[in-house]
Order: sequence, then C-alpha cells, then structure tokens
Amino acid sequence: MSVETHEGVHRHPAPTGFIRKYIFSIDHKVIGIQYIMLALAAVIVGMLMSLLMRMNLSWPGTSWPILATLFPTGAPGGQMTPEFYLSLVTMHGTIMVFFVLTTAPQGGFGNYFLPIQIGAEDMAFPYLNMLSFWVTLVGFIVILLAIFVEGNQGLGEWFAALGPSFRGGSGTVGPIGGWTGYAPLSALGRVAGPGQGAGMNLWVISIAIFCVGSLLGALNFITTLLNMRTKGMSLMRMPLTCWAWFTTAVLALLSFPVLLGGGILLLLDRIAGTSFFIPGGLYVSGLLSGSNPNFPLHTGGSPILWQHLFWFFGHPEVYIAILPGMGATSHILATFARKPVFGYRAMVFAIFAIGLLGFFVWGHHMFISGMSPYSAIAFSILTLSIGVPSAVKTFNWLGTLWGARIRFTTAMLFALGFVSLFVAGGITGLILGQSSLDLAMHDTYIVTAHFHLVMGVASIFGMFAATYFWFPKMFGRSMNEKIGKLHFWITFVGVYAIFVPMHVMGIQGMPRRYSSFGEYEFLASLHPLVVFVSVAAIITIAVQFLFYFNVFWSIFKGEKAGDNPWEATTLEWNTTSPPPHDNFAGVLPTVYHGPYEFAVPGAPNDYVMQTDLEAEVPGENGHNGHKH
Amino acid sequence: MGRVLAVIIWIITLLSVGLFISRKWWFPEAISEHAPALDRQFLITILVVGISFTAAQVALGWAVWKFRDTGKPGDRAVYSHGSNRLEVLWTVITAVIFIALAVMGQSVWAALRLHDAPPGSYTVEVVAQQFQWNFHYAGADKKFGRTDPSLIDDGALNFIGLDQEDAAARDDAVTAALVIPAGRPVELRLRSKDVIHNIWVPQLRFKQDLVPGMEIKVNFQIQPDKIGKYELACAELCGQLHFKMKSYMLVVPEDEINALQAMPQDQFQARVKELLDKYPLPTK
Repeated sequence: MSVETHEGVHRHPAPTGFIRKYIFSIDHKVIGIQYIMLALAAVIVGMLMSLLMRMNLSWPGTSWPILATLFPTGAPGGQMTPEFYLSLVTMHGTIMVFFVLTTAPQGGFGNYFLPIQIGAEDMAFPYLNMLSFWVTLVGFIVILLAIFVEGNQGLGEWFAALGPSFRGGSGTVGPIGGWTGYAPLSALGRVAGPGQGAGMNLWVISIAIFCVGSLLGALNFITTLLNMRTKGMSLMRMPLTCWAWFTTAVLALLSFPVLLGGGILLLLDRIAGTSFFIPGGLYVSGLLSGSNPNFPLHTGGSPILWQHLFWFFGHPEVYIAILPGMGATSHILATFARKPVFGYRAMVFAIFAIGLLGFFVWGHHMFISGMSPYSAIAFSILTLSIGVPSAVKTFNWLGTLWGARIRFTTAMLFALGFVSLFVAGGITGLILGQSSLDLAMHDTYIVTAHFHLVMGVASIFGMFAATYFWFPKMFGRSMNEKIGKLHFWITFVGVYAIFVPMHVMGIQGMPRRYSSFGEYEFLASLHPLVVFVSVAAIITIAVQFLFYFNVFWSIFKGEKAGDNPWEATTLEWNTTSPPPHDNFAGVLPTVYHGPYEFAVPGAPNDYVMQTDLEAEVPGENGHNGHKH
Repeated sequence: MGRVLAVIIWIITLLSVGLFISRKWWFPEAISEHAPALDRQFLITILVVGISFTAAQVALGWAVWKFRDTGKPGDRAVYSHGSNRLEVLWTVITAVIFIALAVMGQSVWAALRLHDAPPGSYTVEVVAQQFQWNFHYAGADKKFGRTDPSLIDDGALNFIGLDQEDAAARDDAVTAALVIPAGRPVELRLRSKDVIHNIWVPQLRFKQDLVPGMEIKVNFQIQPDKIGKYELACAELCGQLHFKMKSYMLVVPEDEINALQAMPQDQFQARVKELLDKYPLPTK
C-alpha cells in the first residue's frame, strides 16, 4: 500500500483549547507523555510497596508507628499482618508489570517516537490511541481501588452493596494472589480467606480493562508502522527501536486476548457461580462446596487451565516489557558509540526470533504444576533455545562498542547498564529453564532475582536511558547530567546489591511470597543477607527521587536543547525540539540512508542523518547495511 | 568515566562470582538417591552461567575502558556494519552449548519424573489444606481406606474425609508429619482439599504442586544413611498463613516403619511425636 493514499487519513489540525491539547488529546506525542506520567505515578506506588515488604522481612517484630497510622487494619500497632504483606506482594507485582513495564516502554516512548522515527504525522488511528490511554488509566484507577475496598468499611461498604462476592474478608488492604492470581485461590471468593473479596474482583476487572487498552494500542502500532512510513523508509532502514515496538505490538495483539478471556472466565467463577477453574468436591475454611450459600456448588473446573491461559499471555508479556528496552539500548548505544549498530540484520532477526519463540515457552512456568512431565521436555528445550537470540543481541551490542568512540552521557551509561543487567538477569534463565533444576529452584528467591533483574531492572534501565536520551526532544530542554550520573552510579551498584544476594537465598531454598521466614530453621542463616538486601533497596529507592526531581525540574528549568543535541541520525532529530503538532511542520522527510550511519569514511561529520541527500554511504543501494 | 564504569563492572562481577564460589549460602545436603544428579547438573549449568556472565561483563568493561571518545578532531570510530561470519559463529556456538545443557538437563528430569514408583514402594497419601498438612498411611493391611470430601469434618479432626465404615480404613492413620523409610522407594500421592499447595523439602531437591481435583504421584528414595528430621514447607501461595504451612519429614529405619504400620492411629500419632523430639534438624 502506498504511503500517499494514507496521508489524509490521519491529518488533523492542531488543537487550541487546553483540554483537547493536554487532556483528551489525540496527538501521539501528548498521549506518549501521558503514558509516561502514568508509569511514573504507578512506579512510585509499586516501589513504596516494595519498601514496605523489605521492612517487614528484615526487621520482623519491629513496630513502625507510621504504619500504624497509615494502615490501621493492615498494620495494627505498626506491625504488618501476613495478609497485608501478601496484598503488597500482589499489588506490587501487578502494578509494576502492567502499569509500569507495559505502559512506559510501549505506550509511552513507543507512542511518542514510533510515528516520528518512521516519518509519520501521527498514529494511524489517533482517536483509538486516545482511547487506549484512557482505558488504561481507568484500569489503573480500578487497581488502586482494589487496595481500599476490603474490610467492609469506607469504600468497601459501598462495594459490599454490589453483592456477596464483593464483600471483603477481615480487614486486609487488597487482593491476595500474587500477580499470577492462581486459581482456585483467586476464584473461590471470600470463603478462601482474607484478600479474596471485593479487592480480588477489582483486580480481575482492572486486568481485563488493561488488556482492552493494550489491544487497542497494539492495533495502532502495527497499522502505523506498516502503512505510514515516509518515502524511503524501507523496513530495513527503520531504527531498531521501531522493530522492537512493532514486535512488541504483535506480541500484545496475540497474547492479551488470551488473558482477557481468562480474566473474564475467572470473574464469572467469582461472581456468577461458574466453574471454569474450580474442581468439584472442595472443602474450604470448614465448608464443603455446595453446602452453604457462602460457598456455592462448583464442579468440573481445572486449576491448571488458568495457568495455561495466564502464562500463554504471561511469558510473551516478559518480552513485551523488555523488547522496547532492547530497542532503545541498541539505538542509544550506536548513537553514543558513534558507530553503526553491529549486525543490524542479525538484530532484527533476533528480535523476531525472541518474539516468536516467546509464544512456545510458557510451560516453563509450570514444570511443577502437575502438567504432563513429557511436555516439560519440549518446553525446556524451547526455553533454552530462546537464549540463543538473546545471546546474539548481547554479542552485537558488544560488537557495536568494539572500536567505538564512546561518549559517556547519562543516557549511554544507562544503556550500558542495560547490557550488563540483561546479561546478569538473563543468563540465569539457563538454570531456571531446565525442568530438572526448576524442581529445586521453582518459587524461590532465585526466580525473584532472575525476573527482577531481567524484566524489571534491565527494562527500567532501558527506560531511564530512553528518558535521558529523548527528554530534550520531548521538552526542548535537557535533563541535568550531573544529577543524572549520580542517579546512575548509585542505582547501578544498588540493583546488583539487591538482586545478586537473592540468587543464593534461592539456592538455599528460600521461598517467595513468605511474609516471614521465622518459622524455618533452614532459612535462619540467610537473615544477614535479607537485611543487606533491604538496606541496599532503601538506598536505591531513595536515589530514585533524584530522578523524579531531575525530570520535573528539567521540564521547566533544564538547559535549552537544540534540535539534535546528541548529533544523532534518525528522523526524530530532524525536527524541532519539541516537534510541532504534525511532527515535521507540513513536509514529511525523505529517507536516503540506514538508521545508524556513524563514522562514515569521507563524510564531513561523524554522523550522516537519514535525510542527508548529499552524503555517500559505502555499500548502499547494493546490500544495504552489510559491509565486511 | 569509562574507566570508572569498567572498574565498577569488574568489581561487581568479582563480588558476584565470589558470593557463589564461597558457598557460604548454598543447598542443604542432598538426601535422596536422585538429588546428587540434580546437584551435578546444577554445578555444570552454573559453571556455564558463571563463565558466560564473567566473559560478557569483562568484555563490556574492556570496551568502555578502551573505546572512549578522545575528543580529538578527526578521531572516529571504526566504520563497520558487522560481520556475517561472526554472527554465524556465535549463533552456532551458543546454540550448541545451550541445547546441550537442555538435553543434559532432560536426562536428569527423565530419571526423576518419567517413571512410576517400583512395586513395593512405601506409599503415603498427602492431603494439603489451608494451612496444614495431612499425611495418610494405609496401616497393616496396606490398603488406603475410602475418602470422600462430604465426610470431611475439620472440627471432628477427620481432615481427609476418611470413611470409618470402610474396612480398609480402620487401621489407617493420619498424622501432621510425614514419616518415610530410608533406603526404600517411596511414593507420595498428592491431593489438596481447597487451593493449590506445593510440597517442598529442600533436601529432596524437588517441589510438586498439590492441585485440588487431581491426584499427582511422585516417587523417590532416601539414601540409607540419611535418617533424620527435615523441614517441609508449602511453596505455592495458598493464602493468608502460607508462610506458616509447615510440617516435618521424618526419615526412619525400615523396622520403625513396620512398627508404626502395626499401631492403631492414636499410638501411631504418639510415636510420631516422640520421633519428632528424638531427631534433631540437620546442621547443614
């Protein structure tokens, strides 16, 4: 389909009123910033929750007066109840995975920069784009409500009027189920104990809403990228960021519907008395299924079905979280290495391979679930195979740095940090992906360490790099580099200090999702490590406020930035900072070169912009981007 | 700045690897016949992991140390878009190593999970509930009495719904601790009354979910000299008091098992209490 026929479809005049400009905006740039702001709000909530959890684990029995004030039912007398702790586990995971790791990388930076990097004026469906953000925001509000509706007091009283399944248990602060919400615990309702009342309903509803928002976004990304590239922007001239966002959108399009379906079934089990995930003959909290109006008759459901549906989504979700970080890292590494990306084609194939294989490995979360031990063999081998394209990406990042002339900006430091952390977190997948070793490692702290490093921290480092890198483009002002570098050094050392010790905790057998380890002798010797991790976490969390300060201060007071402060090559640097409403002031750019033409021999500067008509780049017109 | 980053990356690498090599915090002693094979596979894997991790971090540190922007005019990076030969080389090498690890791991998996319990195994039914373990023994007739969820009555201590009308049930015993023989195959039949639980004895090196509506069988054999008491935990989030869902696994000599099998339930339970006091927990 030609580019020209689509130009008129998305053209819309610049809005004038405040509300259409900043609130209900259909401009992908504003929507992108809205997503980023949502993530910045959500990540504070999730981070403070992790702080509370660390306090509880490291100093058990200590009374914290502030907790008694803030959470009279969750922490009576300043000491957390186990159900309060578990609801923190659940909310921390859910908020971080859905509302941070899925919003900022894709909805945030992807929304802002994908159209600009391919030379489009906006997303293909601007109204759909607006809708996807507002749907996501509703999902976030609902998940926050889930914290407050338990216990039949305050908001909970109002929700309790909706029906028995909305009535809370005994004063927790939220749902209990972890971010995975395994049935039947999550399906039974309040008969299964605290944290299974109204909050759990809202948890399921929030996730279902989130799925809808992500689906709308994914459609938009795919259509935009395929149909709206400007003249000369062939697929193999796209920045690697665009490949990453595109693949992420395809993963989202194929995986979120499965979770949406699963979530609806789970909600029906909870409020409509169905039995998709609840088998017959259960005896819960002293009641036999069907013997009591509080526990209706269930029969015929499969708990493992929920796990298949959840992880069919849940594993691609891991890549949804990290692929955009990989894209940003490749982009930023090349820019500050002043060197073309090593093996551009291999990088594209690796992204595809990771995306494709990502759909065939979900069973590695279920080796010990009771699923057939024969299927574990297939899942295990496929899982270790996915390490190959991941390793290829790492080799190519190192190849990009080899022979470079590195400029150590804050953005570059975070991109380098991404590479280091991606290796550190990803490599332990070789352990956990083996079904035999998983028998010992499953649901211990080594799993916590693995996924936090790779999908949590590495992804966030990708987003930090993206923030420092693109901030001048988004706001026309630069972030403070001194504060930025301080933020990097402490965060980089801090996250290693937090997550490396967790590996050996897991090897010794420490289970996840325990509100206290005091019951077990075999865990006693780990206590010094638990305290060490908490201290590192407190320091690392505190330093993040430097970042918040830097962002909000720099929006208003940062040093003014030019159009291309980093001497970069791609289209976003070919327009003003910030770009005008239609991105390129009425004239779409034409692309003549690949995305990463740095250090081109004979060129006057050490970078050749994609739009540079004059420059001659060796190897072009022939075998684009492949010289030996 | 590049040198500072390089040194920090190398120090982090050194400390991280050191933490693993020191083995100050590590697996408890393996006590089942198959656990040492799993430990061996773990060691091989973590060797590959450690070498790859170190190599990548050292290389990354070296790159940021060596390839700084000097600021000299005209001093440019090497112009290269990559090398197909290198791509093929490192793709093939990593594929061979990773797939080899996966296949080796599968032989351990097959040994642990792909065979039924041999005849003559000592069988225990495990029935988990929020937040308690129930272990059901067949007694002298070696037949498990009938159980039915509608007969469960936690108040009357009939936790598993044992049908007292059934002749096979009369000599059965139900305890809160798991007692198994050393040096003889053991089969556990795992069930749950309410939500998913997971049985976890670190010394056995395996976990297995107990899924309501399913009966899942696992079998293993304890090494003859590993008599003692081991902590048994729940490793799947099962609700409010998940962290307290604790029991013990007692590994006793065969003749102790024979003696227990002949006892009526109350004596069986009393003897288990004595054994729990008798054996200390392992020190490592």
